[in-house]
Amino acid sequence: MRRSRRAALVQIALLCLLAGFALFPLLWMVSVSLMQPGEASRFPPPFLPAAPGLSAYRALFETTGIARYFLNSLFVASLGTLLSLLFNATAGYAFAKLRFRGRDRIFQLLLAALVIPAQVTMLPLFLMLKELGLINTFAGVLVPVTASIFGIFLVRQYAMSIPDELLEAARVDGAGEGRIFVQIVVPALTPILITLALFTFLGTWNDFMWPLIVLVDQDLYTLPVALAALSREHVQDNELMMAGSVLTILPVLLLFFVLQRYYMQGLLAGSVKG
Amino acid sequence: MRRASRAGWAFAGPALFMLGLFFFVPVVLAFALSLTDFDLYALADLNNLRFVGLANYGELFGTPLFWKALGNTFYFVIVGVPLSIGLSLGAALLLDGGLRRLSGLFRTALFAPVVTTLVAVAVIWRYLLHTRYGMINYGLAQLGIEPIDWLGDPSWSMPAIILLAVWKNFGYNMVILLAGLQTIPADLYEAATIDGASAWQRFRHVTIPSLAPMLLLVSILTMAGYFQLFAEPYVMTQGGPVESTVSVLYFMYEQGFKWWNLGVASAVAFILFVLMFVITMIQFRIARARGAI
Amino acid sequence: MTLAAARSALLALLLLTLLFGCSGRGDEGEVVHFWALGREGEVVTQLIPEFERLNPGIRVKVQQIPFTVAHEKLLTAFAGDVTPDVAQLGTSWVAEMVALGALEPLDTRIAASREVEQADYFPGGWTNNVIGGRIWGVPWYADTRLLFYRQDLLREAGFATPPRSWAEWVAAMRAIKARAAPRDYAIFLPVNEYEPLLALSLQQPEPLLREGGRYGNFRSPGFVRASDFYLSLFREGLAPPLNNTQISNLYDEFARGHFAFYISGPWNIGEFRRRMPPERQDDWMTAPLPGPDGPGASIAGGSALAIFARSKRKDAAWKLVEFLSRPAIQLRFFELTGDLPPRRSVWRAPLLAQDRYAAAFGDQLERAEPPPPVPEWERIGTQLRIVSERAVAGQISPARFRATLDADADRMLEKRRALLAREAGR
Repeated sequence: MRRSRRAALVQIALLCLLAGFALFPLLWMVSVSLMQPGEASRFPPPFLPAAPGLSAYRALFETTGIARYFLNSLFVASLGTLLSLLFNATAGYAFAKLRFRGRDRIFQLLLAALVIPAQVTMLPLFLMLKELGLINTFAGVLVPVTASIFGIFLVRQYAMSIPDELLEAARVDGAGEGRIFVQIVVPALTPILITLALFTFLGTWNDFMWPLIVLVDQDLYTLPVALAALSREHVQDNELMMAGSVLTILPVLLLFFVLQRYYMQGLLAGSVKG
Repeated sequence: MRRASRAGWAFAGPALFMLGLFFFVPVVLAFALSLTDFDLYALADLNNLRFVGLANYGELFGTPLFWKALGNTFYFVIVGVPLSIGLSLGAALLLDGGLRRLSGLFRTALFAPVVTTLVAVAVIWRYLLHTRYGMINYGLAQLGIEPIDWLGDPSWSMPAIILLAVWKNFGYNMVILLAGLQTIPADLYEAATIDGASAWQRFRHVTIPSLAPMLLLVSILTMAGYFQLFAEPYVMTQGGPVESTVSVLYFMYEQGFKWWNLGVASAVAFILFVLMFVITMIQFRIARARGAI
Repeated sequence: MTLAAARSALLALLLLTLLFGCSGRGDEGEVVHFWALGREGEVVTQLIPEFERLNPGIRVKVQQIPFTVAHEKLLTAFAGDVTPDVAQLGTSWVAEMVALGALEPLDTRIAASREVEQADYFPGGWTNNVIGGRIWGVPWYADTRLLFYRQDLLREAGFATPPRSWAEWVAAMRAIKARAAPRDYAIFLPVNEYEPLLALSLQQPEPLLREGGRYGNFRSPGFVRASDFYLSLFREGLAPPLNNTQISNLYDEFARGHFAFYISGPWNIGEFRRRMPPERQDDWMTAPLPGPDGPGASIAGGSALAIFARSKRKDAAWKLVEFLSRPAIQLRFFELTGDLPPRRSVWRAPLLAQDRYAAAFGDQLERAEPPPPVPEWERIGTQLRIVSERAVAGQISPARFRATLDADADRMLEKRRALLAREAGR
């Protein structure tokens, strides 16, 4: 389709506008985090700091104990990712390539269960975890989200494309199922596993409602929960809160930028039946 | 065969066990819970528990705040979903077409809000929407518009949250729709152009029908997501002012984890579930009737 | 991304998790977990070192929790079985915690204690923690609400002394309003705060709930009088129909004379001292709340220290409670926070005895009444706030307001009635 120069320019202009809309809050967040305390609460509100400095970050680290929350988030997200890989990769492979009774029916049930919103389970889950003594622990935060239907679906989708002959040949050679999984399947699944790891890490890092419910001791708070709590106490302190937001968002944004390809692949795999 | 079967269960077992115990069992328990008057007293002593049948549901239907929450959530969904999808479609259309390298860069920029932590951006937007020092009102002032009390005025609080929600996730649907757009064969457009169709007519009669399955998917996903509105009211408005931003989930959270009326809260969760299910089904029916799928 | 890169990333992840999973904490001696709220939580950490010095072998771990989420967290901790050893409880939460069986009765400990003497405590604060004939908490600091007012504006309007009865009060407010600019008012009653209305209701002879807290009593003559009086202040234009976020800066407006009366608590003594401009420092003063016929009651609030039933370190926790109840420590606490001591003996110290602003509080505390000691009170109080907002806005009539409150309260108390009936049946 031929495109006139004018049309192309209009297109770029509109895209710039949209990009501005999308990025402005994030850029403003960074800008305010570099301002001096109280600088942002002025009229007219400033775009850029007059003398950019790290006083907000210093205050953040010294008075709010945010380093602890950051480490908590890092720990929980990392552990969650590992567990998710462990549980979902094996299951996804099993649903794709291993035969067992009722396999397809079970999988359909799982797919159908995708429509159930997770919040329905939260209340009984809380009571269950209380009986197990897992309230106020990281385990309690992770346990419900370790196995994920979407994760299994994602891996299964990808695993279907592993040639059966490859697996059969290995079996004929006398390899055990475990060895086959580790030496053949996992390498073949690497791209989707990266995607799964990325999704899980991002999802766990960003998770708010469940950690809010399960974590009672402040020491165990993850970043989103801590940030929400801080925002209620420090209503006036723009710059401090923006520094906190930067700390929360930057890791996931960076991770996303670096592994964008895998993210998009996963997003589309989940939505585009291919 | 038997060995494969054993291997199959060994590999799928752990995940299925976790899902069974921590997902399916709670779903069933939630329904059971909704039929009791489980509350703090029952937490203290299980003997205080009473089976009340559908009384919780009845009580909910008689609670004005529940209906307000429902209304607020519907407001959010009915306005937010079309806005979000509209913006996503617009962005996808802009990205689809002859930009080559630039398109990747723009796509990343437009997608960035999607991966950000909702709580963190809610905090950012709370300041952006500040009546006096917020950038939004500053921008409006430049256009000669009076400052709006976004988070303090009940008429503007939900629009503020809608704005945030649309900003946050229009990129997600944009990527899906873009992928859909890119699968539309160019000759369909060419044939239409030859037939004398204008750009708008091409859009209406080629693009939209081809995208119909994608649009349905995107619409279902977005609606499902929007019905679960919680973090924004929690961080930005605490359900206020005057309960104008209490969503169904926020109401459930307060009933369940603030007041510990677990029976009532479970009933709310179930009503939400049924609602979402029914609306998804309706969407499917409409799409099928229109011949989209 | 190559397989090797992916593998090393995974390894790094694993190492990281192991590192954090294995960070154990070695506890020496007993560690008492103490939940303190808001500003008190920040400040009490300064008192802890002395306690630890006097009690070697006991360490105190203070968790500071903002007031806005404290109630939620306490209930969550109870529900999740992760309660601390000792906590600061808002007075209105004690009844609820007791009904849940979360607290440890303190009668024997108090009887044996040399530090905690009941007679020294203001009665309102003490009785708040007596439920079912047993004592469940020791008052830590007292709180109440009374008048902060502009004595200069009052004098100019012809009143040399602060009003002592409702009649005097209304007369004073009318006089002030008559002399004020059109945009100004006589009193600021934030519509989203229910304390003023509650205080006026507690001045009435009838309780807010009847039959042992089984039903709402909001159509009693007393509450009718209190609510009508409250609503009339808005109707007459003596109070602006604004909530506490709609006023840009409370202290500026008070200094400007936007209003002359404000009902608030002890923390504002420090705030007013800090934020009122120097030329206004001699113009503001505190006075006890006027009652229907003379000096009236007010809300007995504040916080109590309570020990949890599931605690494994009750003796150590009790030592902490005793320490914080010592008059000398309470005086230091007052110096640090401005929170009023719940013990009369501390009020005799020069620091407090000579504080002209605090004097009104000392007087008011003698007449402070706690709200109904039922667990559901927190919810009923919230309902009071919500429905009164509507009544002030004119969305419902006063009669409907009271009827709605009764209906809501009756509904909220239904479970309590059922439980009490079952208890009686046993």
